[in-house]
Amino acid sequence: MSTQTVDLADYDEAVARFDPVIGIEVHVELGTATKMFDGAPQTFGAEPNTAVTPVSLGLPGALPAVNGTAVEYAIRIGLALNCQIAETCRFARKNYFYPDVPKNFQTSQYDEPIAHDGYLDVELEDGTVFRVEIERAHMEEDAGKNTHVGGATGRIQGAEYSLVDYNRAGIPLVEIVTKPITGAGERAPEVARAYVQTLRDIFRALGVSEARMERGNVRADVNVSLRPTPTSPLGTRTETKNVNSFRSVERSVRYEISRQAAILDATGSVTQETRHWHEDTGITTAGRVKSDAEDYRYFPEPDLVPVAPSREWVEEIRAALPELPAARRRRLQGEWGYADAEMRDVVNAGAVELIEATVAAGASPAAARKWWMGELARTAKTQEVELAELPITPAQIGQLQQLVDAGRINDKLARQVLEGVLAGEGDPEAVVVARGLEVVSDDGPLLEAIDAALAAQPDIAEKIRSGNLGPVGAIIGSVMKATRGQADAGRVRELVLERVQA
Amino acid sequence: MSSLSRDEVARVAGLARIDLTPEELDRLAGELDVIVESVARVSEVATPDVPATSHPLPMTNVFRPDVPEQPLTQEQALSGAPASEDGKFLVPQILGEE
Repeated sequence: MSTQTVDLADYDEAVARFDPVIGIEVHVELGTATKMFDGAPQTFGAEPNTAVTPVSLGLPGALPAVNGTAVEYAIRIGLALNCQIAETCRFARKNYFYPDVPKNFQTSQYDEPIAHDGYLDVELEDGTVFRVEIERAHMEEDAGKNTHVGGATGRIQGAEYSLVDYNRAGIPLVEIVTKPITGAGERAPEVARAYVQTLRDIFRALGVSEARMERGNVRADVNVSLRPTPTSPLGTRTETKNVNSFRSVERSVRYEISRQAAILDATGSVTQETRHWHEDTGITTAGRVKSDAEDYRYFPEPDLVPVAPSREWVEEIRAALPELPAARRRRLQGEWGYADAEMRDVVNAGAVELIEATVAAGASPAAARKWWMGELARTAKTQEVELAELPITPAQIGQLQQLVDAGRINDKLARQVLEGVLAGEGDPEAVVVARGLEVVSDDGPLLEAIDAALAAQPDIAEKIRSGNLGPVGAIIGSVMKATRGQADAGRVRELVLERVQA
Repeated sequence: MSSLSRDEVARVAGLARIDLTPEELDRLAGELDVIVESVARVSEVATPDVPATSHPLPMTNVFRPDVPEQPLTQEQALSGAPASEDGKFLVPQILGEE
């Protein structure tokens, strides 16, 4: 791997002098039971080459048959992105030679995508809404998976040979292509990230994909170009392939803007090429130069008849569309009574579903927000994981809050219970029992502790007796300490007053 | 009028990974040109109300239900492979050193 240093322009200076234009292609694997063109089951993590049929392997004479559910999912996606659904469209062969494509062509769509000309309104972290125009969404199939053997790094360069698993070959994909996204200026990286994130949420809401980034269910190719002013013609673009996390989408756009600005400043010209994103180092490196070899010799797939979704079917699908995330967020915000900024924080922290489930488990919206956005958000930040990845469930938070509401534990004890649950000690109830954290509700031990505290601090006891209630806190403090925080402070106060007045 | 040049035939052959000798290129350029011209005649007689046709059958929306079928076993899948390793197809080096 080349280690030559790359000149990067300062980001703020780059966007002050150039207008970035981005374009994003997102591939989503559809969560159907079977593949796009054959009945091989979709299985993640199965033994290699055990989810294949003669069609997935491209064996001679094998004939494809379109998965009707995949077509319906593609229409759902098109409708959710405010697209026109084609009255008729066809599949096409995209011809190229690569071992992960056993037929030597990918069955895709070319000039007749199933959905086209839509838009998606994307909300940025500060609440700004940015409209991204959608060029098209088309159906195609995924490729197999190559593993490169030999060579130093497991990379394709220098590998001695490669191994191919075709389990993924033929899994239905929908590719969504934006029109050039202009006008985002210095917020282009943020827009790119928010767009992919919004799409992911929509895929999940539509029930068309699990949309798990870490499994590669959603993959983004990000195009970036710079031009001197917003009215200049588009500059030469690069396409960074397979950027597979939201953070990487943002970082890769930012990186390309700085890199291209430095090249243009040096009066060089940007090379049109595909680039690879390196998650570990946060840089992109050159891949293939786009050239004549990019001639895919598309032609209509002769083995598949056209798809012509009737308008009745399209309207049926439209009517059955579930509530989309943006509408759902507005509804939930109303139900929960959160302020705009509170709701935005919840959304940005990825806590909407968690809070919804926590409320369903019996906590009040305010309590649910307090836990997820407070203690748990801090824990997630310290551990550098997403909230949803913490080893605690909304049901457990619901149970924890019920323990607090019932007065069996106080807030301070609740934090210890939380610790226990996060440490894998079981449900809140179990942690309370195992750690002996229940609030001491029996007055006996409390009175004992109060008497001891009063005896140890006779001057304070005297002040209280004379009607000066200020120092009561000191006694309560001693009692809490003696009971390791397990006393109900309110009850202790009552008992102290009873005691001194007795 | 020749519409298909020898260079184009060579380029398309290259894209299709077909190795043609100079003699084959000469012969095929001529033969393919005749075919292309013959097909082009169809456009001459087709009136504008005849839509472009990619499929001879007047059928659309032939769908398969999304129901899994029994896949091949790994052994069956690999039975025609020239080489395999760890249950995967073994293919020769894809790219050399860069």
